[in-house]
Amino acid sequence: MSEQVLTTPAVPRAQAVNIRGATLRAIIIIWRRDLIRYWRDRMRVVASLAQPILFLFVFGSGLSSALRGSSTGGLGGPGSPLQYSQFIFPGIIGMSVLFTSIFGAMSIVWDREFGFLKEVLVAPIHRSAVAIGKTLGGASQAMIQGLVILVLAPLVGVKLTPLGVVELIPMIFLFAFALSALGVAVAARMRTMQGFQMVMNFLMMPMFFLAGALFPLGGNLPAWLSVLTRLDPASYGIDAIRSVVLTASGVPTRVLDTLRLTLFGQGLSVWTEEAVLAAFGLLMLGLAVFGFRQRD
Amino acid sequence: MSRPVISVRDLVKTYGKVEAVRGIDLEVGAGEIFGFLGPNGAGKSTTISILCTLIRPTSGVAQVAGFDVRRDPSSVRARIGLVFQDPSLDGQLTGRENLEFHAYLYGLPAATRKQRIDDALSIVDLTDRASSTVLTYSGGMRRRLEIARGILHYPQVLFLDEPTLGLDPQTRKNIWDYLHAVRAREHITIFMTTHYMDEAEFCDRIAIIDQGKIVALGTPAELKTKVGGDVVTITTPDTTVAAEQLRAIMHLDSTEVDGTLRVEVADSASFVPRLFSELTVPISAVSARRPSLDDVFLKLTGRAIREQANTSLDTMRNMGRIWGGGRR
Repeated sequence: MSEQVLTTPAVPRAQAVNIRGATLRAIIIIWRRDLIRYWRDRMRVVASLAQPILFLFVFGSGLSSALRGSSTGGLGGPGSPLQYSQFIFPGIIGMSVLFTSIFGAMSIVWDREFGFLKEVLVAPIHRSAVAIGKTLGGASQAMIQGLVILVLAPLVGVKLTPLGVVELIPMIFLFAFALSALGVAVAARMRTMQGFQMVMNFLMMPMFFLAGALFPLGGNLPAWLSVLTRLDPASYGIDAIRSVVLTASGVPTRVLDTLRLTLFGQGLSVWTEEAVLAAFGLLMLGLAVFGFRQRD
Repeated sequence: MSRPVISVRDLVKTYGKVEAVRGIDLEVGAGEIFGFLGPNGAGKSTTISILCTLIRPTSGVAQVAGFDVRRDPSSVRARIGLVFQDPSLDGQLTGRENLEFHAYLYGLPAATRKQRIDDALSIVDLTDRASSTVLTYSGGMRRRLEIARGILHYPQVLFLDEPTLGLDPQTRKNIWDYLHAVRAREHITIFMTTHYMDEAEFCDRIAIIDQGKIVALGTPAELKTKVGGDVVTITTPDTTVAAEQLRAIMHLDSTEVDGTLRVEVADSASFVPRLFSELTVPISAVSARRPSLDDVFLKLTGRAIREQANTSLDTMRNMGRIWGGGRR
């Protein structure tokens, strides 16, 4: 056994428990843990670029050529300078954010399966700390993943201004927050990893395809599809990001407006879309907190 | 006993019709190492979970560190440390980071946080490995880290649920050395469950629990005196006849365990020669020894604790440990 002199007093017992203070600290440390784990897994950041690159360069370039040859002309009407790969670029940012958010939230199920969640759940803190900390942790990772995609912008002919990037950071974070909260609300109710495939097939992929990442939502979609796309919260996040990215890239407002999301025939302002995301995120966070309140 | 740190009165927990805990009373004093012994499914884990506020009792009163587990679970939680049966470390974090996480969770003051973590690491001899991720730790090291984590926030009681399960004998002994070191240094009460009878010898007092009830409570030495004198194990091809003759001629009750007969005698040195002269059945082997806690359990319940086969849940748990251990 060690001969070292131990200097902390052996018996200063815990004083009265301040649950609120403890919960706030718990949120921060749960958040920080996610970031430490993310940072330790840097290879994932690099590996996670593979899918966006496939979409942007293979799928995007392929469809660009096909559209050029079609009779209707390019995206945004005749004479539009907009390339298809430029159009989907904000969608691919959205895809990164969506996938990272949901995967990040699913780590709760992993923690539950491997016991670590117990360490948190027995601590003298409010259960909401888990939901909030995990949502913030997932959102931070997803935001970084989304911002990493910006590096690819010059390769698809998207020009970004410094101001545009500054605008994008909070937007992508809010988007990531809303989706992470959704993921945590689902994961709080999942007991095993078995349900993960279900989440992939019935939540993540539909949300991605309905979000207007790959096609404009403003066009003449069939009514049923139009309704579904408007129900997808990711539609609002991607549309807002698209508005900022393509404006900074010099796409004329006239062209942009034909591609943007509309609700009941009305165009939506970026602020409205952000408000929708914030409201959705807070609602989901509420459900997530409630999910953890129920006894494990 | 000074004011008890844990006091339990008439504790009952039922799941539907299954009575997991059927009226338990006990008191544990400050600084004690208290062992809760019994076979799988005896109600050990249920009891410890109630004391840790993880499960609500059906009826009865349980107080830990001066607070009622039912009325004031948060106050209890702030004053206890836990080492779970299943591992609960983050394998991707380092040993130190796992402790830092815990320190924040339990609100250790910033000024002494680092020092306290250093001390806890040094008590369990993990100072050198503190910066490695837990993935690289052996099973014994992980357990030690969990013990360090359990005491980090100066709890009054450290609860350990089967802390040595799945560890090899050398490591098990080792964990006990650390637990004694922790007790000596932290003036802490340790409450633990185990189904290894030999480990109970390391406890100050033990309670033997069987089918949801405490069947014996006392120091290991006290409990062993419940078995009179020595334990003699007789190997013979005809146990039935031998048992009859022991009863008829020598007035001794015997118990059959794994095809051998066990009897308790006051003095084995004089008993063994008589055994050979008075029994007519052939005897192929005889051994005599001081009673162990296994014998106590056998005497109290009529069953040997080692006969208990692992339940399928334990098997799954161990598989989880093997597979989970590799990945986290």
